Amino acid sequence: MANTHTVSFTLNGKGVTVDVPARELLIHTLRERLAHTGPHIGCETSHCGACTVDLDGTSVKSCTVLTVQCEGGDMLTVEGLEQGGVLHALQQAFHEEHGLQCGYCTPGMLTRAYRLLKENPNADEQEIRRGLAGNLCRCTGYQNIVKAVQSAARKLAAAPAA
Amino acid sequence: MGDMSELKEREDKLQGVGSSLPRKEDARFIRGQGSYVDDIKLPGMLFGAVVRSPYAHARIKSIDKSKALAAPGVVAVLTADDLKPVNLHWMPTLGGDVQAVLADKKVCFQYQEVAMVLGTDRYAAYDGAALVEVDYEELPAIVDPKQSMAADAPVIREDIQEKKEVGHGPRTHPNHIFTWEAGDKAAADVAFASAPVTVREEILNPRVHPCPLETCGCVASFNKATGHLTVYMTTQAPHLVRTVLAMLSGIAESKIRVVGGDIGGGFGNKVPVYPGYVVAIVASIVTGVPIKWIESRIDNISTTGFARDYHCVGELAADADGRIKGLRFTALADHGAFNSHVSATKLPAGLFSICTGSYAIPNAYARVDAVYTNKAPGGVAYRCSLRVTEAIYLIERMMDVLAQKVGVDKAEIRRRNFVNAEQFPYTTSFGWTLDSGAYHGALEKVLKAVDYEGLRREQAARRADPNSPTLMGIGLSTFTEIVGAGPTKVCDILGIGLFDSCEIRVHPTGGVIARLGTMTQGQGHATTYAQIIATELGLPASDIVVEEGDTDKAPYGAGTWGSRSTPVSGAATAQAARKIKEKAKQIAAHLLEVGEGDLEWEIDRFKVRGNPGQAKTMKEICMAAHTSNIPAGMEQGLNAVSYYDPPNLTFPFGAYLCVVDVDRYTGEVKVRRFYALDDCGTRINPMVIEGQIHGGLTEAFAVAMGQQIPFDENGNHLGNSLMDYFLPTAVETPVWETDHTVTPCPHHPIGAKGVAESPHVGGIPCFSNAVIDAFAHLGVTHMDMPHSAWRVWQQCHALGLDRR
Repeated sequence: MANTHTVSFTLNGKGVTVDVPARELLIHTLRERLAHTGPHIGCETSHCGACTVDLDGTSVKSCTVLTVQCEGGDMLTVEGLEQGGVLHALQQAFHEEHGLQCGYCTPGMLTRAYRLLKENPNADEQEIRRGLAGNLCRCTGYQNIVKAVQSAARKLAAAPAA
Repeated sequence: MGDMSELKEREDKLQGVGSSLPRKEDARFIRGQGSYVDDIKLPGMLFGAVVRSPYAHARIKSIDKSKALAAPGVVAVLTADDLKPVNLHWMPTLGGDVQAVLADKKVCFQYQEVAMVLGTDRYAAYDGAALVEVDYEELPAIVDPKQSMAADAPVIREDIQEKKEVGHGPRTHPNHIFTWEAGDKAAADVAFASAPVTVREEILNPRVHPCPLETCGCVASFNKATGHLTVYMTTQAPHLVRTVLAMLSGIAESKIRVVGGDIGGGFGNKVPVYPGYVVAIVASIVTGVPIKWIESRIDNISTTGFARDYHCVGELAADADGRIKGLRFTALADHGAFNSHVSATKLPAGLFSICTGSYAIPNAYARVDAVYTNKAPGGVAYRCSLRVTEAIYLIERMMDVLAQKVGVDKAEIRRRNFVNAEQFPYTTSFGWTLDSGAYHGALEKVLKAVDYEGLRREQAARRADPNSPTLMGIGLSTFTEIVGAGPTKVCDILGIGLFDSCEIRVHPTGGVIARLGTMTQGQGHATTYAQIIATELGLPASDIVVEEGDTDKAPYGAGTWGSRSTPVSGAATAQAARKIKEKAKQIAAHLLEVGEGDLEWEIDRFKVRGNPGQAKTMKEICMAAHTSNIPAGMEQGLNAVSYYDPPNLTFPFGAYLCVVDVDRYTGEVKVRRFYALDDCGTRINPMVIEGQIHGGLTEAFAVAMGQQIPFDENGNHLGNSLMDYFLPTAVETPVWETDHTVTPCPHHPIGAKGVAESPHVGGIPCFSNAVIDAFAHLGVTHMDMPHSAWRVWQQCHALGLDRR
């Protein structure tokens, strides 16, 4: 390949450095170079949200972010939600409320819901639906996803701050 | 013994049939550890990018690969000429036709596969694809199927121009695929001639796409040393695909391994064998290294497995009270450029003849004419059980049309025509034997739950108010599904009967592995099949592992589509478990030194009748089966396999009601309420069933309210990315209210019928009926889908409703 660029960022709490061509998309770097296959490719046009990751405190669609834009960034993917062998409240709630079927949207959906609840811990049903509108699911009809996010929000509110 | 709480505790511990057991498959998905095809990376793997036609119909004059081959990272470029020496430039389809693997001299639809560029990564491959120069001579395209059989229509398929038939009876035109008829035309005509009331409506099921969130793709890996081919792929039917690959490649079926892995949604899109898979396989055979091919979203919507495109005419004849005496339904089916969708040999129009629905209709006739057009191939897909969606849409719409003509309520017209509960099993005039049903009860339960009379009063008040900014519509759908294909005497694909299978191995400590011929794509098979076995064998579902999709491991089966998993493989599972239980009983009798007739089954053990202290638990029997302490002459082990050929299909049903408010100035439709009652017989996992219904209703909402794949007159796609193609978000999707009744299937071992397609089949007409009902008092009897604001506004405007 032609010119590559060295890019360093924090991925789920660990520092990583990659050499990538300028045009390489973040989703490909994560999946092909860093073995983080949780984020998925669904549309390549930022519509479906299967590739959603958290970058510097914002949900981004990694299919339309260049890796070279991530220098110095702090990134969280679905792989980073579980801490010390304990599932995040959202992961647990998606399981308990049947908030997933084929599982393809789930990593993006969880990562987006994580940021949504950080931004609005008391989100009501309509706020959750609007907050997840950038993440498409073909299987669940969203009803149990919304229930799962509500359930996780209650548990996070009740738990002592980590 | 006999302590009820102790019995219940033991039963609960199994988490068997009836339990809302959270899914076993979730653990990997919520951690991002699923194994989808694009997650697979093999050493030395190349990536294949497909060069696609910009024209819907054109001759290929030349292909120049030189610039592509000179590009960095490009390893090879394959065209039809490269596949010819191995005779793989054409392939048989699951519909009895042949399809170009790579376009051979001409292209017949836009985005058709012309070449594949192999590159060291996907960037290199796509760079190369952009550099392949193809010189085309454009030909006139047929986009409207009504023009396909015109005398001067351009011939789309010159390769079969002289063929008198393509697998389904005589052809009358080079663009004709088949004509299929069912029922008694003469009797239906007589009924129409003498009926006091007749209605007729032209009703379109537009071309839509199932659009699973994961596109199609594969990794093909041919080992030159061993001659083994492994293909990881997005398939709902791994065993059928392996058979096709064996027929195509000449490689022994035993040396081909197809692995389904995790599938990111299917909805019928992942049943056929697509050219991309075949080129990747050939490329791996030629290069000796693994080849990955993954569709883009645009590729997926433009070229693989669309659904519907049925241009229907519905006619009903009835007496003055609206009791139906005759039915005539016809359809012009646009199959695109190749007849490629999954199709039972004897059922080219699938199960369209379920179109009498839930109603006792004495005289019926149906006809489907299928034609080629310059559009992508397909038609049977999208949670629909082989044209059942089209059939049920037509009858459920026509029931409303008839009610309006006769002047009776839309619930009442259904009551008057339902098959009565005491008539089951009921054989329709098309010859289907509906296994069981209780249609009146289901409808009345829904009407009561929503206060139907109150809703109609509210609607009447709204209609009487000239200042109301909204129109209110109430839609009903009382559908009957036909699923679980199917009995091998009527259902086969490429000659292979549509039985299915389950193999169960019980180990000494009671752990179980079950392997099946189906393929989950999110339906929760790992959980629900385990629950069937848990109840049958009295072993906890938590210790039962279900495996599907790897043809080296699982017994042969036709896969998961047409809601066939529970009706067919679920039955095979119960049958295999019962074989094991029978052997376990013999071992228990031996251990307890009693006759088998002295034993009775209780949840998880055999106990001696009248002597409850004497019992052997299934776990004890599992261990004993692997020792010398078994009946004389018996072999060790507790394994069984069952191949289940269903005696009949199953007929789930439901009653749905939808309330909409239509903005008369903008045409926007708001779904106020959707109440869905489903009867799928015995319910294995209520949580999973509800999830399937939510998803099916959401896909029904998508089809009814916004989806359509439009083309211009030259056959150019006018919307094939998620920018244009409507997938509902959490914001538009209505809240679903669900309910159920339970009418077990009499011929299924555990009484289950299948459910996942019911909400799609029943949901679409319910939405349409609600929207059209909003205009019914103004004489409107039909509006074609999708009911987008633009299209509904056009109706408002035509009626002058948008004037202030």
